[in-house]
Amino acid sequence: MKSIVCVKRVPDTEAKIVIQGTGIEKSGFDYVLNPYDEYAIEQAVQVKEKEGGEVTVLSIGPKDTATQIRKALSVGVDKAVLLTSDINGLDSSATAEMLTNELKDMEFDIIFFGKQAVDGDNGSVGVQVAQKLGLPVVAKIVEFELNGKTATVTREIEGAKEVVEVTLPAVFTAEKGLNEPRYPKLPDIMKAKKKPLEQKEVAAVESKTTVVKMEYPPSRPAGRIVGKGVEAVSELVKLLKEEAKVV
Amino acid sequence: MADILIYAEQMDGKFRRAAFEAVNKGKEIATALGGRAIALVVGSGIVDIAKTLGAYGADKVLTVDNPVLKDFTVSGHGKAVAEVAKKINPAVVMCAATATGKDLAPAVAALLNAGVAGDCTGVEVQDGKVSVVRPVFAGKTYESVQFKTDIAVISIRPNVFQVGSVEQSKEAPVEDAGVTVEAGDVKESVKEVVATSSGMVELTEADVIVSGGRGMKGSENFAIIEELAVTLNAAVGASRSAVDEGWRPHSDQVGQTGKTVSPQLYIACGISGAIQHLAGMRTSKCIVAVNKDPEAPIFQIADYGIVGDLFEIVPAMNEEIKKII
Repeated sequence: MKSIVCVKRVPDTEAKIVIQGTGIEKSGFDYVLNPYDEYAIEQAVQVKEKEGGEVTVLSIGPKDTATQIRKALSVGVDKAVLLTSDINGLDSSATAEMLTNELKDMEFDIIFFGKQAVDGDNGSVGVQVAQKLGLPVVAKIVEFELNGKTATVTREIEGAKEVVEVTLPAVFTAEKGLNEPRYPKLPDIMKAKKKPLEQKEVAAVESKTTVVKMEYPPSRPAGRIVGKGVEAVSELVKLLKEEAKVV
Repeated sequence: MADILIYAEQMDGKFRRAAFEAVNKGKEIATALGGRAIALVVGSGIVDIAKTLGAYGADKVLTVDNPVLKDFTVSGHGKAVAEVAKKINPAVVMCAATATGKDLAPAVAALLNAGVAGDCTGVEVQDGKVSVVRPVFAGKTYESVQFKTDIAVISIRPNVFQVGSVEQSKEAPVEDAGVTVEAGDVKESVKEVVATSSGMVELTEADVIVSGGRGMKGSENFAIIEELAVTLNAAVGASRSAVDEGWRPHSDQVGQTGKTVSPQLYIACGISGAIQHLAGMRTSKCIVAVNKDPEAPIFQIADYGIVGDLFEIVPAMNEEIKKII
């Protein structure tokens, strides 16, 4: 069973984001592997451990994305391909197209993505890639089971869970809760340094959208401490009813 | 054309409220562009409910009624919407950014070779061009996006836009969209749908949310949160720490690696207010914080705060609110 996991490096979730032009200042924080991609990687590695096969990581980013890719290689991924490109700010369509171009020439049974990258928050690349490749896709899965060429997965929707079946090859995007990603062990971190990481310079594809402005969220008017302890409760409830009119 | 095509999400013949929000917003954009708001209902046995969308602003409703489209699947509903869009050539294809809408929009965009923007909190028309505002970095910043393609595909965040004034008696003309989706086009098969909300209100659709964090100290203590939630007809949320501790399921998590919510009232109990949590709830209309630490960052964005022991304050709030509602 061959799996490909498409990953992205993103600013750490605790990072303070500082606007620069229509983008952000790219310093003052650490980059990490997109948190949802860790669930995708873990699932692919579990599939390999059960069924045999291999796991390849595919990413687009600047050359130093290698740091985050090495982390993936230390938790059971066998090899990696990093598409480097000189363009900044690819939109989801361009990203999907560039990944698709590469995936067309790769062998796989399953492609995993994280459900969204926590920078752009579009949650759109995995689904777009599936359409471009003409493959089944189930997004935001929280359970995954494989039986031969049939995958049975669970997807959460508002107020319900859906059990969905697809025949491989197929695309899945991982939601938190799908599994518990493992921590790399020291010998594996050492081994990861020797695993193949191919860097390929590719031509950037034109985005279909343009970011014309980046802003901070409107600041909330200063709130107030109504008081201390249970004595403040009646005043709070009165304010909620009469001033905020929310109860 | 300046028409707007709005996918009105339904399940088992019932529209989600977010579908009405989308239709109403779609009508507003259509008016600004000088076009029509054309709602689209995809499913099986949905023709009867389609006309009711007139009450929310739809000028016309198209249907794709087909047993193979009974359940939402990316390939099935994606193809249906894309085919309709190819026929009517709208300026915008839109849907609500629900679990389903978030999957549908990129599929439609890929099939139409169009630009896509997900989870928008603002949609504007200027000089006949549509632009959207959407939170990125979980709401730490907001980007304004324009489209280079003739069709813009967008999903709009639930609970942000109004349903608007409803004219119950107004029915919209309903027409079969005349597109074909074959069983073979549907590549994913929904085997089972299991309800999980057990009567509680769903987080992203809730008007009121009562959330608990590390200060709850254990899963059993969420009983006081749940009781207050019942009184307020609210959904229960949780911070990442509470979820990571295993006190609440991940589906309850609010924040950067959880859900983003915009209720009328958000009550944060024992939540310090880490930046990734604030990102998920800062667009709430009114925020109440209960925390024993007066320095907790949550108080900086809360409209009203009480400093003290949540195990005393939350039950007292429940009793006090019961008196007035």
